[in-house]
Amino acid sequence: MKRLLEILFIFICFLLQSTLLRYGSFAGIVPNLMIIITSIFGFMEGRTDGMCVGFACGLLTDIFYGSVLGLNALIYLIIGYLNGVGNRGFYPDDIKLPLIFISGSDMVYLLLTYISGFLLRARLDIGYYFIHLMLPELVYTVAVSLIVYIPIRNLFLRFDRGAEEED
Amino acid sequence: MARVKVKRRGIKIPPGYLLLLLTVISVLLMVLTFTTDVVPTIFNGIAGYTFMPFKNGLTEISEYAGKRADDFKQVREVISENEALKAQVDELTQENDRLIENRFELIELRSLLDLDSEYEEYEKVGARVTGKDPGNWYSVFIIDKGENDGIKEGMNVIAGSGLVGIITKTGPNWSQVRSIIDDESNVSGRMLNTSDNLIVYGNLESIKDGAIEFGQLSDSDDEVAVGDKVVTSYISDRYLPGIAIGYINTIEKDPNNLTKSGTLTPVVDFEHIDVVLVITQMKEENIIE
Repeated sequence: MKRLLEILFIFICFLLQSTLLRYGSFAGIVPNLMIIITSIFGFMEGRTDGMCVGFACGLLTDIFYGSVLGLNALIYLIIGYLNGVGNRGFYPDDIKLPLIFISGSDMVYLLLTYISGFLLRARLDIGYYFIHLMLPELVYTVAVSLIVYIPIRNLFLRFDRGAEEED
Repeated sequence: MARVKVKRRGIKIPPGYLLLLLTVISVLLMVLTFTTDVVPTIFNGIAGYTFMPFKNGLTEISEYAGKRADDFKQVREVISENEALKAQVDELTQENDRLIENRFELIELRSLLDLDSEYEEYEKVGARVTGKDPGNWYSVFIIDKGENDGIKEGMNVIAGSGLVGIITKTGPNWSQVRSIIDDESNVSGRMLNTSDNLIVYGNLESIKDGAIEFGQLSDSDDEVAVGDKVVTSYISDRYLPGIAIGYINTIEKDPNNLTKSGTLTPVVDFEHIDVVLVITQMKEENIIE
């Protein structure tokens, strides 16, 4: 059931990310919903789930918008895994740690995208990209994750409780 | 606690191995992209049939919402604009009459020169934009027509009267377009007035100010000025000749004193592309003919 929910979340987030969310952009910057769910599922459900969600999100991005199949999949996969490692420090009531994880994940994603897509083509002006692109996206993503995180957490905790009662 | 989980039936792969497995798959996919077309084609097909119906629906909804919001804003602007335009219509009608005269003359002269075929109108297919790049780095978008509608990789995409980009990937019912403002995009262009060649580069840094960069313009007589029109060149192997790209915005000499570079303002408003036209004629076919 949880797996099914995760697939549903990937589906919805990917669709929203490239369509409706474009209209909610500030100065052309959109938040990264896919990083948010990869990160959330990673530290809530562990490494396996984080990796699977990340891989799926990345692969979808590659298929529709990427030029090389598998590049984003690899980036998201690593992010999902790293968040999964943080699963040990996860307490449902704590909200600071998830936010740190999400912003860290987004930063890693942005840096890896910059390196793979821009630095390798000798676009060296990282300062410009940081101020005009990375920082706004980071702030926007964290702001959105504040809204998204708590409902998802409550939903999944309810499933956990349901499962415990069955046992 | 969250660590307490339901015991799942079936095989469980340890996370470490799964990481290795998925990494290998990713790398394999990257290699396959560069070597064969088979695997990407399968993926494109599956993803196309699963996602496109939803994407199309969502795009329509968001477009509708966006337009309603704009409507209220624009009514006032439109009224004042309307009056100005009416005056312009009169002006243009006169000019048009004059141009029609010229056109007849041109047709005659052309038929004399046997240049007819070269200037034929390109055949086009209309398509709707159904999604834009999810990140903030690239200017890639997808349209709702694909192989089933006869669209192939390498076809040129225009909107209004200007060049938008080129088809870089196709699925059965969708295709990916890389716009000319994308950081990885290069277009070979030509000055309309002096016929000098130049290269137009997309650049993420300058597009924030609404401009794209150009370079390698050899303008030894200093004839090119701000406001001059740039179109696609004859020597490009991917773009059809004579499609408008933009107007020169700034121009300066390169340190080598031989070439010039600067920025140009694109003809197309890339912020608001909803509908594009795909030219079904390809540059390569032209060459073969």
